[in-house]
Amino acid sequence: MQFFGGSEISPSPPATAAASSASGNNAHMIYIFNRNGVCLFYREWNRPLKTLNPQQDSKLMFGLLFSLKSLTAKMDPTSVEKGNLGVPLLPGQGCSFHSFRTNTYKLSFMESPSGIKIILVTHPKTGELGDSLKYIYNLYVEFVMKNPLYTPATLIKCELFNKSVDQYVRGLG
Amino acid sequence: MAAIYSLYIINKSGGLIFCKDYGSAGRMDTNDSLRLASLWHSMHAISQQLSPVPGCSGIDLLQADTFDLHCFQSLTGTKFFVVCEPGSSYMEGLLKHIYELYTDYVLKNPFYEMEMPIRCELFDIHLAQAVHKDRVASYGR
Repeated sequence: MQFFGGSEISPSPPATAAASSASGNNAHMIYIFNRNGVCLFYREWNRPLKTLNPQQDSKLMFGLLFSLKSLTAKMDPTSVEKGNLGVPLLPGQGCSFHSFRTNTYKLSFMESPSGIKIILVTHPKTGELGDSLKYIYNLYVEFVMKNPLYTPATLIKCELFNKSVDQYVRGLG
Repeated sequence: MAAIYSLYIINKSGGLIFCKDYGSAGRMDTNDSLRLASLWHSMHAISQQLSPVPGCSGIDLLQADTFDLHCFQSLTGTKFFVVCEPGSSYMEGLLKHIYELYTDYVLKNPFYEMEMPIRCELFDIHLAQAVHKDRVASYGR
């Protein structure tokens, strides 16, 4: 499957059908993990309830995603040959979920072929965010990976990336 | 477009008490269904922990590439979840209807032990009718 075409950021961010609150930022928080579970980026805009400290929180989030991917791959009703539960899956192997919704939030997930996982937590009535996540991935490629001072698999400290993500998320919906 | 692939019922501790397959490709043996059900129970609980806003009651809908998973949790902690085609509508209503059948034909059955696997014939019959009716209605849409 052709994942991403071209190396430039699309000229205009895709219009998303998000119907969320009128406050400045429409998303609650964003996480970016690499394939080994290292949390590369975490930003929160609206998080009244914090139950765990940041390291535990990111580990819990990664664990949840890992297990959910394993569950969807095993539960896939259209595939005949299913692997075993708990076996680490390569990106793109087996059926993967792209979002889940609870009564208080909606979590959208995207995994790139290199294992970079982008998670966006928004208001529950948000629409499909697949294109938005792809756009954020393009921002990551432009401002982080192409930054010569950035060491891969470390925390992202690129000011331009932070600003562009903030600006884009503010514009969602 | 509301074809159901399978239905699972989990008790409040996460143990599988009912599992019915309506046509997924590939067989899943009992051990795997038990593991999947417990895994779902734990994921449901963890998702409540990660909520940014207080008052979360767990995952209602999980959307994957080839299927959707709708979950309904009763006030007592019993979870009903159904694996269906992507974009299915009316699953919430069907799950509530299955919950009503559960209360009528399982809980009111004097020989049924709480939290044990469901082996009530009337429940199976009415469940089959409800799923069939839903399937017929969806093909008519």
